[in-house]
Amino acid sequence: MTGQGELSQDTRAIAPFVVLKPASLVPWPLLATVVILATTPLWLTRVGLYQYLALEIAIFMIYAMGYNLLLGNSGLPSFGHGAFFGIGAYGFGLLQLKVWSNFWFDLAGAIVLGILAGALVATFVSHRRGIYYALLTIAFGQVFWFIAFKWHSVTGGEDGLLNIKRMSVPLALMSYDTNSNEALFLVVVTALALVAVICWRGVHSRFGRVLHCIKQNEMRARFLGYRVWLYKWLAFVISAAIAALAGALFAMAQQSAYPNVMSLHQSGLVVMMVLIGGGLVSFWGPILGAAFFILARDLLGAYTETWLFWYGLLFMAVVLWKPEGLAGVLRDLGARWRKAD
Amino acid sequence: MALFEAVGLHKRFGDRVVLERIDLAFEAGSLTGIMGPNGAGKTTCFNCMTGMYAPDRGDIRLDGRSIGGLGAAEITRSGVARSFQSISLFDDDTALDNVVVALPASRDRSFDAWRDRARDSVAQDQAAAILGRIGLRGRERVRTRDLAYGERRALEIGLALATAPRILFLDEPTSGLSADGTARLTDLVAELKGTLTIVVIEHDMRFLFQLADFINVIHWGQVIACGSPQELRANPWVQRSALAALE
Repeated sequence: MTGQGELSQDTRAIAPFVVLKPASLVPWPLLATVVILATTPLWLTRVGLYQYLALEIAIFMIYAMGYNLLLGNSGLPSFGHGAFFGIGAYGFGLLQLKVWSNFWFDLAGAIVLGILAGALVATFVSHRRGIYYALLTIAFGQVFWFIAFKWHSVTGGEDGLLNIKRMSVPLALMSYDTNSNEALFLVVVTALALVAVICWRGVHSRFGRVLHCIKQNEMRARFLGYRVWLYKWLAFVISAAIAALAGALFAMAQQSAYPNVMSLHQSGLVVMMVLIGGGLVSFWGPILGAAFFILARDLLGAYTETWLFWYGLLFMAVVLWKPEGLAGVLRDLGARWRKAD
Repeated sequence: MALFEAVGLHKRFGDRVVLERIDLAFEAGSLTGIMGPNGAGKTTCFNCMTGMYAPDRGDIRLDGRSIGGLGAAEITRSGVARSFQSISLFDDDTALDNVVVALPASRDRSFDAWRDRARDSVAQDQAAAILGRIGLRGRERVRTRDLAYGERRALEIGLALATAPRILFLDEPTSGLSADGTARLTDLVAELKGTLTIVVIEHDMRFLFQLADFINVIHWGQVIACGSPQELRANPWVQRSALAALE
């Protein structure tokens, strides 16, 4: 370690040294996703599918991408995230029905409610990690689900909120009508692109880097002077805000909001989407997983009512034999292809 | 006035008293050794002084200012860094990435959630310089988990150094190292000596007696002896233990 003439602390004497490859501003998988999704009105029906399916896929891509900020990038397993999706849906519906029927106001309000609920939960769970973190998120998720289920006068109880309208989107000099699935779909794809860019930049930023360090070694991060609690809190709140955004768009798509989306079962589905897509190894895993999940539900569901049973078996197989998920499979195929070249 | 002081530290786990009225003082620029048998309370003492545990009683002072009630992050930010007996790194990342994240400049800008961290060439240059200093030049791109054990030990110290500490606590830095590795690490610590205040827990008495200006012996949760290496050679406990190996 000594005697190598490398003892100078004068860093200016060292030639510029760049190891990390900067992330591209607009990554090609995002471009590919947006192009594939945006062109679905042209080809989807020809392959036997329908536009509402693509709409749902895009919404769940947003949800899964936000969730993966927690699970994949920060190593924080929340099993109650459906609560924030539901809060977004109910928030959007309640604001529209009871306060002011304006797309931007209701959307922003739903996100703010998601942030507030996320901040409250994160304040408690961010002190914990591992199984205790997961259990606390389940407990809070159940509390929110119970409130939605029992508070009939506000949430409509088990029937939920009905008659949520697909409002026009006011733009500068015009307004964009979202009544058709195709029109609403383009709004959702725009939101997906924005969320993907924000998440992409965030993951590759200094903030994302700290979250990744906390995932690997929380204690070490603390002993490098990082206030770990605050980073975990922020990651949770951002993720909850994105879930609320997805929930608001879902309420618009479904024209209703109901407690089922906040159930433990529904919270587990986003975990499955992220894991089966490969969110633990790839930023794009949640996008693959959400598309795969919704397609599998629809295609398998057309053949059998027990589609979730088969999906569960598939999920087990992935966890056992390819824990890197679909993104890992694609990566292996790419490596094999490059090798063959 | 000493740079760092532990005053009347007391720590118990359940009904077991691990530290009892520990008083320690570390002068600026000195290298102080802490020795004692396994289970004596050395690492618990480190943990209390660096914010891992809150002491039940007593105080910690840096430059006369109490830092006793602060958490690990705040204590680190005040200029106290440490290494761990069990190597504690970010194993999925490269050696360079590990050091970059430890730099105070990276920490100060760590809420920037937009700009690409890979474009921060200044931080990378600083980290590369630190890696060179600890003998890891040329290993910047190697993932930490793939580094040799001795390199990981050095990187553990490198991370602590990168936080720009005023005082550095090293917990058994030669643990598990071969004779060559121990010699290289001895050289590194010798080189750091004088540039900052260092406190080392170490079982390797040759290492301690070669480098330390002052040594504290902890046993049964108390400081049972202290003095310069020369003074301690006459201490009965030290004589009974492995000191003979030095001769």
